Amino acid sequence: MTVSTRQPYARQPYDRVVVCAPVTVPYVRFSTESAAWWIGRALHGLLTQSGLRLADLDGFALSSFTAGPDTAIGLTQHLGLCPRWLDHIPLGGASAVVALRRAARAVQAGDASIVACVAADTNHVDSFRKTLASFSRFAQDAVYPYGSGGPNASFALITRNYMKQFGATREDFGKICVAERDNALANPLALMKQKLTLDAYLAARPIADPIHLFDCVMPCAGAEAFLVCREDIARSLGLKVVRILATIERHNAFPDDPVQIRGGWAMDVDDLWSMAGVAPDAIDFIQTYDDYPVISMMQFEDLGFCKKGEGPDFVRGHTLTHDGSFPHNTSGGQLSVGQAGAAGGFLGLVEAVRQLTGETIGAVVPDAQRGLVSGFGMINYDRGLSSCAAILARSA
Amino acid sequence: MSKPLSRPKRKNPLQRTRLPLLPHGQRSRKAHCLTAAAAEGRFMLQVCDDCSHTLYPVRDACPHCLGINLPFRDVRPDGRLVVETTVRISTDPYFRERTPWRVGTVQLDAGPLVIAHLHGDAVEGERVRLSLKLDKSGAAVMIALPAVETPDMQADPILREMTCDPQFRRVLITDGRTAVGQAMAKAFCEAGASIVFVGIANAWKPYPGMDQLAALEQVEIVPLDVTDSQSIADLAAQNGGRIDIVINTAEHVRAGGIIGRGSVIEAREEMDVRYFGLMRMAQSFGPALRFRGADGQSSAAAFVNLLSVHALMNWPSFGAHSATEAACLSAAQCLRAELRPGGVKVLNVFFGPLETEWFQTVPPPKLAPSLLAKAVVQALRQGLEDAFVGDIAQDIRERLAANPKALERELGDA
Repeated sequence: MTVSTRQPYARQPYDRVVVCAPVTVPYVRFSTESAAWWIGRALHGLLTQSGLRLADLDGFALSSFTAGPDTAIGLTQHLGLCPRWLDHIPLGGASAVVALRRAARAVQAGDASIVACVAADTNHVDSFRKTLASFSRFAQDAVYPYGSGGPNASFALITRNYMKQFGATREDFGKICVAERDNALANPLALMKQKLTLDAYLAARPIADPIHLFDCVMPCAGAEAFLVCREDIARSLGLKVVRILATIERHNAFPDDPVQIRGGWAMDVDDLWSMAGVAPDAIDFIQTYDDYPVISMMQFEDLGFCKKGEGPDFVRGHTLTHDGSFPHNTSGGQLSVGQAGAAGGFLGLVEAVRQLTGETIGAVVPDAQRGLVSGFGMINYDRGLSSCAAILARSA
Repeated sequence: MSKPLSRPKRKNPLQRTRLPLLPHGQRSRKAHCLTAAAAEGRFMLQVCDDCSHTLYPVRDACPHCLGINLPFRDVRPDGRLVVETTVRISTDPYFRERTPWRVGTVQLDAGPLVIAHLHGDAVEGERVRLSLKLDKSGAAVMIALPAVETPDMQADPILREMTCDPQFRRVLITDGRTAVGQAMAKAFCEAGASIVFVGIANAWKPYPGMDQLAALEQVEIVPLDVTDSQSIADLAAQNGGRIDIVINTAEHVRAGGIIGRGSVIEAREEMDVRYFGLMRMAQSFGPALRFRGADGQSSAAAFVNLLSVHALMNWPSFGAHSATEAACLSAAQCLRAELRPGGVKVLNVFFGPLETEWFQTVPPPKLAPSLLAKAVVQALRQGLEDAFVGDIAQDIRERLAANPKALERELGDA
C-alpha cells in the first residue's frame, strides 16, 4: 500500500480561535541586557495589553537566537510561567506564522487556551558576528569561511542571479526600500528616522555586489509578541481580535534550483488561497519578510500576486506605501524598523494584527479587511529553507 | 588575467608589521576529511555507496536515500561558475583587511552546488575547476580556478593567500653540504626565490659541489650547524626576520636496526642532527615565522620537513633511522599546531631511499635529489601539508592505508 501525502485531509478552518494583543518592545541598536530581559518585557507587554495575569498564560511559544544556552523551557522557570503547552521555534523569519498555526491548532484542540507567542533577541556588541559564525553546521563548514559576508553575501548571489534571469534592476529594489521607509516615517518605533530617496538608495556604498547599504537590515535588539487564544476569552476581556483564514508552511523546497529563485510558497500557494476562500485581489495589504528586497519581490510572485519573473514589472506598476495600490510592509519592514533577530520574523504579523484591529501605531491602511503575512527564514547554506504565510481578517 | 607579481620593495624597518589573523577555522569533524584531501592536493567529495550521488556540503546521511556509507572519493572538479559576488564588507577581522574578496556558486558536473573562493581569472557563466586548499586557518576551502591555466595565475592574491609559492620569498636551506641541500638551492633559485640562504657548518672544510652552489645568483652562504644551538641562534638573530620559508635538509642516514648497533651512540647522533636539530631550528626561527605570517605579499609561509616515509612505518634495515624520523614526524605535528596562529604551514615531504651514497646498497627505485627538490617546490606552490614523493613513498602510503600490519611484516622481511 502506498500512502499519498498528495491527498491530505481537507484543511480545517481556524474556528473559535483568534489572534490579539500585538506587542512591540521598542528596539535599540545595541543592548546590554540579555534575551531573557527582552522576553520578559514582551510577556509583560502582553499582560498589560490584555489584562491577563501571568498564571493565565497556559501556552508559550518562543523564538530567539540569543537566549542560549536556554530554550523555552528554561525561560518558564526564569520568568515564572507554568504552561501546559510549550514550543520553541528556531525558525528565524518563519517563526511568527509557524507559531501562529501551531498555537491556533493547540487552542482549537483544547490543549491550551491562551498561548503567548514571543520572539525576542538581544544584540550585544559583536553578538551578530558570533551568531553568523555558528549559525548552522553547513554555514560553519561551507559558507562562513568564504569571505564571512554573512547573509549579505548569500543574498548578493541570490539577488544577482535574479537580476540576470528576470531583468530586475536596482531601481526596482530601490522602490521597495523607499516605500518601506516612507511607511516607517509614521512609525515611532522604527529605528530609521530619515527619509530615503531613490538617489540616496542608488548612491549608497556597496556591501556585496549588487547588495548596497540600504538593501540590508540593521541588526538590533527588540521583541515582538501576540496572543493566540480562545475567541470567547478574548471577547470577555474586551480585546480586539483578528481571525485566521488560512496558513501554509514549507521547508527545504526546490533543492535542485541552482540558485534560489523561489521559496516554498510556490508549492503551497493554491492551498493558501483555497483555504482562505478569497483571491489575491481581496487582500488589502501584505507584510513580507524583507531582510533583502529581492525576497519580497519573490514573495509577490510566489504568493500569486503575479507570475514568476513578473516581480519587477509588478513593482513598477504599483505604489507600495500604506496608502498605495499595493500596501506593503506598512510599519516600515525590517529594512526601516530594524531586525531584532527572530523578532524580525514577528514584525509583519504583529503589524498585520494592528492594521486589522485598528490598534495601529503608525501608518494606516484605509479600511483594511484582509491582510497577508509571509515569513521566510534560515539561510542554512546557500538559500532560505523555511517559508510560510497566513491570511488574516478583521473580525466583525 | 592575473597580474604578475612584482619584486617586493625593501621593508621599512620602522613600519609596524601587520599581525596575522586567521579566517574561521572551525569545522565539523566529518568536514575535516576535506582538510585531509586538501593537505595532499586531492579533490575529494562524499559519494553515496547506495545511490551514487555526489554530496556537498559534508553530511552524515545521504539526502537522496538516507544512506550512511558516504566515503570520500576522488571526484572530477569541473563545473560552471553560476553566479558571483564581491564581498566588500565582512564581519570577520581576517577578511575585513583583505576585501574586496570574490566568492561565487559553482555547479559541479558531478552534481553539488559549492560556495567557493574565486580566482581572479574565474569568470561568471564559464567553466571552472575547483580545487581544495588549506586556508590560513589550516582548514580546507574550495577555490574556483579557471578551467584552463592562465598566465601568472599563481600570482592571484587569493590563491597566493592559500599557497606558499617561493617566488619572491626568502628561503633558508639548513645544510648545503648534501646532494639534497644543493638540489634544493638550485630548485628554489629556479622557482624565483629572492634570496636562498644556504647553511654550511665548518665553512673552512671544502665539499663537493661547493663552487656550483656558490655560483647560483640568489644563493647566500651562511654559517649554520643544526647541532649547535649558538650557531642557529646567531643566524636567527641576523636573518630570522627575513626568512619566509625554512627547509630543513639536515640528514643523518645510517643503516642498521636496534639490536645490531650494540650501543646508543649512533642513535644519539641521529637524534642530535634530526630530532634535536629540528627542535633547535623551530625554537629559533619559529617565533619570527609565526609573527610574520601576514607580512604582505611575501609573508612568512612555511616550515618544510624532509622525512623518510619510514617515519610512518619502521623499515628494520634502517630501523634506528626510521625511529628518529618518526620522532621528527611527531615533532612536526606539534610544530604545525604551534605555527598555525601565524597562518604558517608545516609541509612534511615523505620519500623513500635517495640516490645518494648512504643508500648505496639499496636496490632501485631510488629518488634523485633533483626530483625531490622539484617536488618540494611544487608542493609549496600547491599549498600542501603532506607530500609523498617517488614510487616508494607512494607505495608505502597506499599499503599503510590498506593494511598496516601487512606492511609491518613485509618491511621486516625486506
